Amino acid sequence: MHEWALAEGIIKTAEKFAEDHRIEEITEVKIMIGELQQIEHDIIEFALDQMRTPRMKKTKFVIDTVPARFKCRKCDHEWSLDTQKLDEETGEAIHFVPEMAHVYLKCPNCGSPDFEVTEGRGIWLASLKGRKLE
Amino acid sequence: MNDPRLAIIPGRFDKVRRIIAVSSGKGGVGKSMVAVALALALRDKNQIVGLLDLDFTSPSTHVILGVEGLIPQEDKGITPPIAHGLHYMSIVHYSIDEPVPLRGADSSNAIIELLAITRWESLDYLIIDMPPGIGDATLDMIRLIPRIEFLVVTTPSRLAYESVRKLLVLLRDQGIPTIGVLENMSMKHTDYIEEQTKVASTRYLGCIDFDETLEVSIGYPESLVKTNLYKQLAELCETI
Repeated sequence: MHEWALAEGIIKTAEKFAEDHRIEEITEVKIMIGELQQIEHDIIEFALDQMRTPRMKKTKFVIDTVPARFKCRKCDHEWSLDTQKLDEETGEAIHFVPEMAHVYLKCPNCGSPDFEVTEGRGIWLASLKGRKLE
Repeated sequence: MNDPRLAIIPGRFDKVRRIIAVSSGKGGVGKSMVAVALALALRDKNQIVGLLDLDFTSPSTHVILGVEGLIPQEDKGITPPIAHGLHYMSIVHYSIDEPVPLRGADSSNAIIELLAITRWESLDYLIIDMPPGIGDATLDMIRLIPRIEFLVVTTPSRLAYESVRKLLVLLRDQGIPTIGVLENMSMKHTDYIEEQTKVASTRYLGCIDFDETLEVSIGYPESLVKTNLYKQLAELCETI
């Protein structure tokens, strides 16, 4: 997913959560990002900073990356992958749509494209800290 | 907490006036041809039109349009490239026309990802070429896309219509607007589909004859716009 689109989604989700729970000031948002997304931390941090809402003036954005792990549905082989080593075209396609991993990657044991991304896919807001309205 | 991708999808369609999903309960009824011809017909009526191919496992609109190697532009997300005057988005921009073997949950994730990153310009119409059936893509569209309308394609066959009927029931039960049912590839006129659409309280959009000249127009939109399919859809544009 693109960093700016992701930042926009994070800001909107955090803002809605704060509104629903009457949080006046958000102090910290913890974001978990799957390695398969290949998100550049500098860019997303910059994008988040540009999109701060009034209740996020002092918010600390904590970003953690979860390593990618795969399990073959055909032979049960499990493996991990250094996404930094992907060639440019593959890396770019998987960056925008991570499911393209099924187009470009195969099980290193049996060659099947029918594998599961067991860890390191997706983006989620793990926690949000803030001060509630008195 | 919610998936942050879902928070931005509805806003991605803010500048799109009408969103029409060309859909069917059954495969092989000519959805992709209808979707492309409809998009071209609207373009030729000076409308600004987008075309989104959501058939990830069997995309074919790029073959009908005769385009390859298109690259979306990056700008705080991605902007669809222009193909024959259409703002055109397809998974083939990323899969390079290789097989895309996706199971249900992966297919749904890919759809969500594509909808979240794609920034549509101001459009009069966005035509969506849907995969057949009432699986992940249809359910995701119903769930995620505001103001979506369905244009349902069938052939005259009872086999096709039986699946189409189930799609119509699903759409009706979910309160999703249906423009109507288009009968495609007719070789011998019967009243069967028209009568069935009355039973389903759905508008019958008309009957498109089987067009033997269509096959040679694949890959050549300038030939496609000379076919009877295109001409009949151009007339239909006036009524949807």
